[in-house]
This record gives sequence, structure tokens and C-alpha cells, in this order.
Amino acid sequence: MGASEVLTDPSSLYDVGNGEYSDTYTMLTVRNALASVQNGESERYEELVQSMQIIKGADHAVWADLVTILNALSGSVACIDIIHHRKLLSSVFGMSLWDLKPHVMEALVGLLISLAATSGKYLDSCLNMLIGHFVPPRWVIDRLSQRRVIDQKTDVLSQVHGAILKISLLVPLAPSRLLPMLAQQMPKINKKDNVVVMYVENLFKLESSPIGQVGSSMLFMMVMERLRDLDLEIDWDDILQDDSSRGMFDMELEDTMNEGEEVGLFWNLMYQNTSGGNVVFESLDKLMVISFDHLESCNLDGRLDQVFEKLFGAFENFILNTYKSKVSQFLMFYACSLDPENCGVKFASKLMDIFLSSNKPRPTRQVSLSPLCSNVSYSLHNTLVLMTTWLMSAIAYLASYLARGKFLPITYVATMLKRLVDECADYCGACNDDIRPEAHQIFYSGCQAIMYVLCFRMRSILNVPLFRSQLIPLESILMHRLNPLMVCLPSVVAEFLKQAKAGGMFVVSDAFIFDDLLESELSRAFGGPERLDTFFPFDSCLLKSSNSYISPNFIYWSMVRPTYEEDDDDEEDAEIIVNGDEESDEEEEEGDLDYSMNKMSITPKHSFKNKMERDGLLKMPSMIRPSISPQSF
Amino acid sequence: MEGLKLTNAELLVYIHPSKSGNKLKAICRELSSLLFQYDEIFDGVLLAFDVTVKSKGAKILAGLNPYFGVKVEASLLLFNPKPNSLVEGKIVKISPETIHVIVLGFSAAVVTDIDIREEFKYRMRNGEDCFVSSSHKRHVLKVGTMLRLQVESFDEEVMHIAGSLLPANTGCVKWLEKQSEEALHMDRLVLICTLFFT
Repeated sequence: MGASEVLTDPSSLYDVGNGEYSDTYTMLTVRNALASVQNGESERYEELVQSMQIIKGADHAVWADLVTILNALSGSVACIDIIHHRKLLSSVFGMSLWDLKPHVMEALVGLLISLAATSGKYLDSCLNMLIGHFVPPRWVIDRLSQRRVIDQKTDVLSQVHGAILKISLLVPLAPSRLLPMLAQQMPKINKKDNVVVMYVENLFKLESSPIGQVGSSMLFMMVMERLRDLDLEIDWDDILQDDSSRGMFDMELEDTMNEGEEVGLFWNLMYQNTSGGNVVFESLDKLMVISFDHLESCNLDGRLDQVFEKLFGAFENFILNTYKSKVSQFLMFYACSLDPENCGVKFASKLMDIFLSSNKPRPTRQVSLSPLCSNVSYSLHNTLVLMTTWLMSAIAYLASYLARGKFLPITYVATMLKRLVDECADYCGACNDDIRPEAHQIFYSGCQAIMYVLCFRMRSILNVPLFRSQLIPLESILMHRLNPLMVCLPSVVAEFLKQAKAGGMFVVSDAFIFDDLLESELSRAFGGPERLDTFFPFDSCLLKSSNSYISPNFIYWSMVRPTYEEDDDDEEDAEIIVNGDEESDEEEEEGDLDYSMNKMSITPKHSFKNKMERDGLLKMPSMIRPSISPQSF
Repeated sequence: MEGLKLTNAELLVYIHPSKSGNKLKAICRELSSLLFQYDEIFDGVLLAFDVTVKSKGAKILAGLNPYFGVKVEASLLLFNPKPNSLVEGKIVKISPETIHVIVLGFSAAVVTDIDIREEFKYRMRNGEDCFVSSSHKRHVLKVGTMLRLQVESFDEEVMHIAGSLLPANTGCVKWLEKQSEEALHMDRLVLICTLFFT
């Protein structure tokens, strides 16, 4: 049969089952079919489109034909016209790798790469189609417990990622078009399943690939945003306040781990109390876990240091100013724990830099309100407010981090404390006469941060003369007319003073009156509407699987040794007269927790809803309430 | 290589008040956001720039966000390959039907088989795809070769060049330059001989 006869005989066009026709011949045939449309003869073209339709249960010969046609189309991309061959393109982009056998999958992927690389017109469609495979169809999700389906998922995603990489190598600007598409196709939070987790797994895979070199920042932004959204979806306050077995929540998570049945009960209560069922909890937990795993693999690859910069950028954008998030921030904590010398130090330094930034509003700076520039003034005022909360948030993160990071050497903690002390001392020297707490929010945040860290690290700091000497200015700061001891959170102040006294930290000659009612109002005033006075972002992680990653590097309150706990003999040497009142002498006789409301109590004064809750707090306080002085770390 | 041009421009760059501490950095950031994108006003893809701040003052925009406009003088390197111009790039992939090239490290260019002149035949040599000239055996196009091609069209949105190897002055840059040197050398010899004998 001559070549020309074959070309005009439609019945033999695509019959290659017996291997009679070469790939070249098939390509010529396909090209003829494509060209025929523009000549007004669409029969061969229609046949070509028809042969692309996948029939369920088709035999091996049909699949083989499809492979041949796809390969031929790969070599004929230049002959495909976006308008005349709309049907064909629609058919190609409508196919799904999930429905195809492996060899057909390869052929389709080859065609997609060819389309994307040969003509710019199809680049976006090809990338969109590939990204669409990040979330499997429902029938795959429902069968993910089956080995066969798991293998298929691995094959499909391997092909997809391979194709994206090859397209990026041939079209250098493809990643810049890919990244916005990834953000657009990111699944929304769904209370029925956790497809977000599957999607993010693919994002991390991209981050590990060469595409991550250009797209890492944006990929981490996407993940961090989704973590935050899931975190905010959960009404944490609702869960923590409504629980009837309040006593259990009073203990930090670590304390529940050793209590058998109570552990399961704790998690059950947590998961049942969510408004959206347990899917959101599970999604957030799984998302955190895969994020932790990814950071670990970055560390093993030796690139965690580079990744950390991008991660911090995402944290700054999405988490730093989100005060209701309880879990997402632990991504930073975990990254720091993997590489304390670099990432661990960097995190604290960056937070400190925010706090010490030159744009920080100083108390002496005046904003003039010209009637002609009211818009400007309004905008500047808003900027000032935002900046203040930004700085307060940074210092809250720093304090919580320095207190809880088991991997942080005490020398580094002491260095950070010294900087905070020096900064607060400078502030005291330059402040104006306005004594309203709202006027000095950043100062009070700094003081509370110092006291909070010392609640955890007091013993270790005081044991080293150099570190102790660096805290000498703290006395004058705390006794300044701005009176941080009155304004800062009562539970923190009380614990700090108790330990400072027991540790012989400094001598204060002035009388100090600890009025319970005023304290709550004052701390609320400095904390502002966001209640940054009670913001301790690295309190225990409340998700089961996530916590297992965090807990080995986390300082729980119970691990801390108070300065007053064991050394009864030392109390005779204590020179602290913080209150200057007679009642404090009586306290020295007690080594246990003192819950008198009028004394330096370790229990929190705020958020008391009823007497029963207050009684419940007779045990070790919960997450935001440090109650025991620090062990040596 | 054609398609590149250096141009001077006077620009007015608007900066957010929070960036007033470091104007130059803010200006560079604004202009950097235009890099590797086609701009109609510049009539080309911005590849690089150099700025000088001309004015000491800046006009503040009225409105909720008081951006201020800084006048700058900028030198702009632009890329806009016109049809029938010549560009050069490195071959990254060869198949029997296509040659894929990357121009200036960012623009993808493709030459399909219908735009490759008859002289070049596809071969597989030592497991490597290549196109070999039938008239000049040393004229080989393979992965890594710097290729000179003629621009057929330029898709500004994705910066994709459709190229052609039909003209005789297209092909491997190294080989073409060697050929032109030899031709020049021959021309000089002929001239010398002509002068000598006359």
C-alpha cells in the first residue's frame, strides 16, 4: 500500500495496533488531519478528536492507539492552532492522569510539556491542568487506605512534578506564572475533608525542587496563611473556657501526658468541643506535622538557614499580628529547635530588632494635627497604633520564646535580657510626664517581657555573677514613677517578685502596694483591645501530634525549679523588701504557693468567671500563667 | 545581538510614607517589580536599570495614604526582539521536531522543524540528539550550543520567541563567526593579491 493511498483511507488512519506504521508516518497523518480543518475538511480532524475520548474498560489496543496519537501530537504542536483546534485542545486539557494507565500518562505528560514549551499560548493551560492534579478525585481520596491506590497517587504526582520541573527548565519564566496559580487553586478550608493537607504536601514538594529557589517565599506564605486560617477557624477560647473538668486544663499539657486515661479524655474533650467537628483540628494538626517534617528535611539537606529567612517573612506577614493563633507559630519554634545556633539565634534577634527598630514611636514624638492635613494625621495616627501593636507583639513573642526554648543557651538568654533591660532603662530616662498606661505600652511590654523570662530563668541567671550584674538597672526600672510593677500582668509580677526576693536579686526600699483591682484594669489598659498583656504565644501546643514534635524542646512550667522552693535555709539571707510591708515577712515562712489575693500570688487575677474557677486555679496555673520559678537551664 | 536597547527615561516614582527613611531603596524596589515584564510604555521587557534621584523635594499625593512622588532619571535596558531580527541563546533541548533555546537566561525560544532549513538533518550521535548540517559536517547543533536564530514572533506576555533557522546567517554562533572570519581573511588575501598584481 503506497503512502498516498494510506493517507486518503480514513479507516486505516489510526490503526497501528499491528505496528505496521511508523511513528513518523503517524505524525504525518496527524499533521494532515490538523491541517485539513483549515482547508474546510474536518472529517479526519473529527476522527482524531474522537480517538482521544477515553472509554472505560477499553482494551489494550485502544490504549496503545491513544499513546501513539499523543506522541504524534507532541511532535506536531507547531501545527496546532488555538482557534481551529479548540475541540482537540479542550479534549487534551480535559483529560486526567488519574484515569490513565502509566504508559498513557507518560505520553500525555509529554504532550503537555511540548505544548507548554513550544508555544506560549498554552503555557498557562498546561500549568493549570498539572496543578489540578494536586488534589486527587473523590474516588482516590476514599480509597487511600488501599496499597494500589497509594501507588497510583505516587505515580501520578511524580509525573506531575516531573512535568512542572521540565517545563520550568525549558521556559524559565514558568515558575513566575506557576506561583500565582498555586495560590489561586489552593483549596479553601473544608470541614468535610482535609484536601488542604494533600495540596500543601505538593507545595512542599515544589519547595524542595529547583522551583523552590525562586518560589520559596511565596510557597511559605501560602502555607502560613492556610495554617493561620485553620488556627483561627477554631474557637480556642470557647474550648478552654467551657470545659467542665476545668482542673485538667489548669495543668499544662505535659502534666497530662503521664496520666493514662486522662490523656485520652483530654484530647477527646478538645476535639469534641470544636464547632466544626474534629476535621479542622485534624487538618491543622496534620498540616503542622507535614510542615515540621518538611523543615526537618530542609535541615538534613543543609538549607534550613536559607529557608528560615523565607519562613520568618511568612511568619511576620501572617502570624506575628494574629493574636488568636495558638498553634501556627510553633512552626518557627520547631525550626529554631532544629538549628538553635543559627535559626534559634536569628529568630530572637529579628524579634529584638523589631522591638528596637528606629521607627519605633518614642514618647517625645508629637504628631501635629493641622486641620488642612486631617487625612494625613488620621493615617499617621493609624500607622502609629499599628506600629505599637506590632512592636508589642514582637516583644511578647520574644519573651515567650526565651522562656520556653529549652535549646537556648542561658548565655544567649542573658544577652537578650540585658538588651531589654538597657532599652527599658533608656526609656525611663527619656519618658514624659504622662503616666497613663496607654501612653507607654511598649515600655510596659518590655518590662513584662523581662519579668516573664526571669520567672522561668531566674535561678540560672542569678547563679552567674556576670548575668546578675547585667540586671542591676532593673531595680530602678521597676521602681520608676511609671510603676511597671503595678501595671504589668499581676500573675507575672507576683511570681517574679517572689522569686526575686528568694533569690536575693535586689533591694527595693520603697513600699509597694499590690492592689488587686487596679492591677487588672491597668494591665488591660496597657494591653489594649488585643489584650497583649496576656499574650504568651508559645504556651503549650494544644494539638496532639504537633505537640509530640515540640515537647522535647519545650520548657514546661513543671520543669522549672523555683528559687524559693528548696532552699529554705537561704530565706534568712533574703534582702528583698519589695512590698515594704509587714505581711511579706509572714510569706517567707511558707514554701508553698500562696493564693491570698492581697499578697504576691502566683494565680492570675483576671478571667475569673466564678468562684469555682478561682478555686480550680489552686493547682498549677495553666498555659499563660507561669507559677513556678525556673530550673537551671 | 539585536533586540536589546539602552534608553534613558524620566520617571516619577510614588513611595509610601513608611519608606521615607530610605528613598533609594524604595525606588529600586518599585522599579524591580517591573523587571522581566513587558511594559507598553517602555516598549520592551525591562532587564536592568540604573537610577539617579534628581529632586530634593517630592509632591505628596492628596488622599488617605499620602504617597509622595520622587522624580528620578533612569537608564533602562530593554529587550524587544522585532520580527526578522536576530537573537542568540543556548540550546537546552533537541528533539526531531523542535529545538528549544533560552535567550538571555529568561526568554524561551523554539524553532520547529518546519522552520529549520533543509541543510540541517536530525541525528542521534553518541546518544545525543543533534542537528547536523549536510553541507558542512562541522556545523553541529546540540545541547549547549549557542544558537543564532531569526525572530518570527515574540509573545510579550510569556516572553516566548518563535524562531527560524531558515536564513543562511543563522545557526551555531561559533561556527558562523569562524566562517565570517575566514571569509574576511580570504577577502583580505584576494585584495592583497589584486593590489600586488596590478
